[in-house]
This record gives sequence, C-alpha cells and structure tokens, in this order.
Amino acid sequence: MSEERILLSHGAGGRKSSELTRRIFLKYFKDPALLRLDDMALLDMPAGRLSISTDTYTVDPIFFPGGDIGSLAVHGTVNDVAMAGADPIAMSVGFIVEEGLPMSQLERIASSMARAAREAGVRIVTADTKVVTKGAADRIFINTTGFGLVPEGIHISGHLAREGDAVLLSGTVGDHGIAIASAREGIAFRTTVTSDSAPLNGLVRQLVDALGGDVHVLRDPTRGGLATVLVEIASQSGVGIRIRESDIPVRDAVKGACELLGYDPLYLANEGKLVAMVAQGASERALEIMRSHRYGSEAAIIGETVRDNPGKVVLKTAMGGRRLVDKLSGEMLPRIC
Amino acid sequence: MMKYLDEFRDPGVATALVGRIRDAASRLDRPVKLMEICGSHTVAIFRTGIKSLLPENITLVSGPGCPVCVTAMDDMDRMIALADPAVGGKSIIATFGDMLRVPGTWTSLESRRAEGADVRVTTTPLDAVQWAREEPGRPVVFLGVGFETTSPTIAASVLRARQSGLDNFTVYPAFKLLPPALTALLEAPDVALDGFLCPGHVSVMLGAAAYRPFASRYGKPCVIAGFEPLDILHGISMLCDMLADNLHEVRNSYGRAVTQQGNTKAMETLMEVFEPCDTPWRGLGIIPGSGLSFRGEFADFDAVRRFGLSSVPVGTEPAGCACGQVLRGNMDPPQCPLFASACTPESPVGSCMVSSEGSCAAWYRYST
Ligand code: SF4
Repeated sequence: MSEERILLSHGAGGRKSSELTRRIFLKYFKDPALLRLDDMALLDMPAGRLSISTDTYTVDPIFFPGGDIGSLAVHGTVNDVAMAGADPIAMSVGFIVEEGLPMSQLERIASSMARAAREAGVRIVTADTKVVTKGAADRIFINTTGFGLVPEGIHISGHLAREGDAVLLSGTVGDHGIAIASAREGIAFRTTVTSDSAPLNGLVRQLVDALGGDVHVLRDPTRGGLATVLVEIASQSGVGIRIRESDIPVRDAVKGACELLGYDPLYLANEGKLVAMVAQGASERALEIMRSHRYGSEAAIIGETVRDNPGKVVLKTAMGGRRLVDKLSGEMLPRIC
Repeated sequence: MMKYLDEFRDPGVATALVGRIRDAASRLDRPVKLMEICGSHTVAIFRTGIKSLLPENITLVSGPGCPVCVTAMDDMDRMIALADPAVGGKSIIATFGDMLRVPGTWTSLESRRAEGADVRVTTTPLDAVQWAREEPGRPVVFLGVGFETTSPTIAASVLRARQSGLDNFTVYPAFKLLPPALTALLEAPDVALDGFLCPGHVSVMLGAAAYRPFASRYGKPCVIAGFEPLDILHGISMLCDMLADNLHEVRNSYGRAVTQQGNTKAMETLMEVFEPCDTPWRGLGIIPGSGLSFRGEFADFDAVRRFGLSSVPVGTEPAGCACGQVLRGNMDPPQCPLFASACTPESPVGSCMVSSEGSCAAWYRYST
C-alpha cells in the first residue's frame, strides 16, 4: 500500500480539510478553546502586561537528533515569551504544508507539539493549515505566536543590564547548531550531539520568583548564538561585557565538530539555553537555582558587565589574550530554526 | 581527538612561551616588526588574542598571504564578467566561497548570482570537473585563486579533465606564488620587516629551502609554524630568540611534514600545467614571476583565452582603499580612513575587509 500523503485538497477548506483536522489536529490539540472550532479562540485574561512573540520555523531537516520542527516551534515560542519573565499561557499555530508530505510525518509533528506544549504548560488555542503546491514550500513550515503574562513589578529586557551585573549562561553552547549540521551532513559526518531544544519557562519562573528585581536581562541565544546575543545586549544597554572563554561550557563533541566544520561555538544556535544578567550580589544564588534545574545543570558564570567599551563584548581567550567578540555577519548555517 | 586539540591550547604552556618571548624581547634593544605571511595565521592570532600577550617592542603585521585579498581588481572584474551571458554564455562559475562577496568595479559575484547567474560555491575544483561531466553542454569555469597550497590541486583537476576528454572545463588562473611576493616586499624601499612567520601548509609544498634567500641574502629570520595558538607562540618565540642572538636562519617548528625540497611531486604537477608569469597583486602592483599562466599545450583550459576576457572592461582599485599599505605591513587597518566607516565586513570596500582571512576584517572583528 502506498503511503498516505497530504494533498492540495487537504488545505482547501472542504471535506478533506475537516477530515485532516479531525484525524490529526483534534487528536492531539485538545484545548477546549480550540475544540469549539470557532474562527478564533476566546480566553479570559487577568489584568497586567502581556508578553507576545511570533516566530516562523523552517528548520531543515524537520526531524533531527533531540527534536523536530514541532517541538522546536513550541520551545522557541515559549522561550521567547518567557524571556520577559513571563509565564507563557497560550499559543497559536499555523502550518504551511507542501503537498506530498507523508501524513504520518504531519502526525508525528503534531503529536510532538502537543507533548512539548504539555510539558511547558502552554495551551495551543488556535490553529490553521494551508497546503501549497510542490516546491512552493519545503515539506512543512510552522508559524506560531505565543502569549504570556508578566508578573507585577517584573521588568526584564535587553535594555536593562547594569554595570557590575554578573553574566550567567544556563549550560553548554552550540548543541543545536551541531545537531542540525550533523543531521544534514548525513553519514559522512556523525556526532553524538543532540539538540538542546527545551522549554525554559520553568527555569525562568524559579529565577524570577527567587530573585525578583535582581534579574535584569534574560535572553535565549538562538540564531547568531551567544556572541550575537551578548553584543546585542551590550549595545541595547550601553554597557561593556567581559566574558572568559575558559568558563563557557562547550561539549567536547561540539568542539571537535567545530574544528572539522570550521564553526565557532560562540556563534552556533541554541534552543534550550538562556543568558541571564543579574545583580552581582544575586549571582551565586542564580547559579544555584540554574544548576538545580534540569535544564540548567551545566550553568556557569561566564563574565560580567563593565563600564569600559560600552556596546562591546570583550573575550578573555583560553590562552589569556583579549579580543573583541563581534556579531555574526552573514549566515553561517541557514535554516537552523 | 579532543585531547589532541586541547594540548595545542594549554594555558600553562602558553604562559611559559609568552615568558620566553618576553625574555628574548628584553634582550632586543629595539622594536621589531614580524610579518605573519598567511591569512590563516592572521585569523588565529586575532582569535586567540595573541597580540595582547606580546611585549611592547614586538609587533606583528599581516602579510600578503590571503589569496582573496591579493586578487587584483582586473582579475576580479574579468571573473565577474563571466557571469554576464554575453561574455560567459551559460557558464557555471565554480568558486571558493570567499570570492562571492568581493566587490569588483561594478558588481560582485554574489549580486550576479542573485540576478540569476549560476555561481556555485565549492571547496574543491574536483566538484567543478564533476559538474562539467554532468552537463557537457555548458561551460564550467573554476576561479583559480590561491597559493602553492591550493594551486597544485587545481592543476591536478586540469589534468583530470584532459584525461576525461572534457572540453567544457576551464580555469581562470589568478594564482599567486609566495616567494616572489616576499622578495618584492623586501626589495621595496618603504618596507621595514625583521622576520617572517611562515605558513606550515604552504611550506609543506614549497619546502624550507624556498625561504633560504630571505634569511641569507636579506638577513631576515624565518620560522615555519603551524596554525594552532601554541604553534604560533612557539614560532614567534623562535623568531625573537634568533633576532636577540643576531641569527638569521630558516627554522621549522611545523615538524616532519616540511622537508627542504617540499612536495616535489605536487610542484611538478603544478609546473606541468602552468608556468610562472608576471602578475598584478591587489595594492602591490605587478610582481615579476609571481603568477601562473597556462602552458601552451593546456591553452584550451584557459578561461581568459576561451572567453576573450582580456578585452572585457576593467576598473581600478577603489579610491581611498589602503589595502596595498596594509598588505605590505606598513599600515594597520584602523589607520585607513575608510576603516569601520565606509568599509565594514557587511559592506566592504577593499578585499582585505571581505575575506574572513583578511587583515582588515580580522581587525574589525577582533581588535579591542
Ligand atoms: S579598511 Fe577597507 S578600504 Fe581600508 S584598507 Fe582595509 S579593505 Fe581597504
């Protein structure tokens, strides 16, 4: 029997569309707001500030060691929303599917999204699917928008780093980038590295609950990697950032792969890591909280913010030299998320 | 493997080497200027912050050893012209990635590609030979840039194409030979250098003997070094020791891979296909015997001849770009008036800012 595939008619709004909705989406996305099958989801909102973030996922390959485009879309959305210190509550999902995608793959992706959303405690409240002709998209693209509530009195942003803050990193860098690169290179190049794709809202919650106003900046170093995020924070906040290469955790397998492929781990994408800038006095406590969380067990204090070189990031190399860290210029590895 | 890599970076060994360099520097009663010839050395030096570890009287300057940086504007314009169907027909242009963004007088290969030209990036000329085989009806031109490390492989690809009877494979020969360029630098009245840090991989091909004249005739010590940070520090320390002891010799810290005569087989392959010729360098003008042109019997593989490229219009080097002074080690990039203002890696004016191995790009990215 030939494999069942997505057809153009699955996105045409007719009988086939409802069949797809029933068979795949309603099977996994069971939120009451979504099950009403209205044109919109209605949610009751408490007063306060909303954190909203939208993103589109085009990762290639769509299944990779440590995740797939579905779990990645949920984690990425949850993490972006959470970096304001917010609790993600709901998200929307839009699928753009290339005709011919095996139905089983779409099902795998939907079920993986549902699982990821459950773990993160975020509701998928509205969804849409479009099917496009072959070649108009590459298998599947996913667009999401996430919504989260920012607790009263919490102000966290890339603009709020202050001189003297400690710079913390929640774990190893480069895992996602290398997992994707090795999945693409196929058997010619194999590593044991899996993507770090994970929801960070639980970790954020603990940090913010314990340290409150002492948390100044939270960012997830996705595309462009740690280096790019730090340079952005330095320029947004008008501070200098000093980091120490020897304190930045990098897996041996990632280092080895970087040597072979000519990548720099500082610029590789991460999907389950965060950078935090906290008041110096709160740094040890923040480190403890990170290390006792399952997604922060390899956390480290990697540097501090300083008055010198505002807007710039200076790295003390493992050899003891000093050099500037620049943003990623150009694209090192396209379609990593 | 990781253990192997980390041994090259051991901070304890680094501290000891820096100590040795300081000792030698204190015995030198003058400032000295050492040139790292090769772009790979430049990048490694900047990335590890080695300059910030050196004593004040030891200065490192970058030399003319980044193949993209030294590619003359004429060559750039002619290579880009191939993307014009009126000149190159339906050519597939095969190139190393760094050449894509180098601006010619009017446009770049990257812009041409966006407009529809078939420009393909590869790391080996053998890919291009394969493409020629797959599409016999289309010309495939490989843009031949590089020093003695790269050019023998390209010569081998020409031999392979001839063996397979391919008549649609050609090479644009913009190769450079390293020793004539160093001679030209040392002969130039305005260049003051005290020693050379020579690239390991090129030296494997060339052989240590190729540097002998620079030591004996010009009195400049030369050390062949690898590309790991500790190799570089070791090389610098050997140079400083020689200078402090008033010695000028060729020494090798790259190990057994470098012989006196080099890889004679590879060099023979190179010289079977090409012969030395005078050629223009970006910012340095024409240097006698520093380029390679096709030997007569291989003329059919010469893209310049096949596409009549000698007659396409070429421009001049961009006004204000000080690449020439930078490549001679006479000027640090920040002294160029365009540096970081009109010229950045995102919108480069000169080739030294485009290539990831270029001195201007390295200063821009890494210098504090
Ligand atoms: S900064 Fe730009 S313009 Fe100046 S020398 Fe370097 S490449 Fe040329």
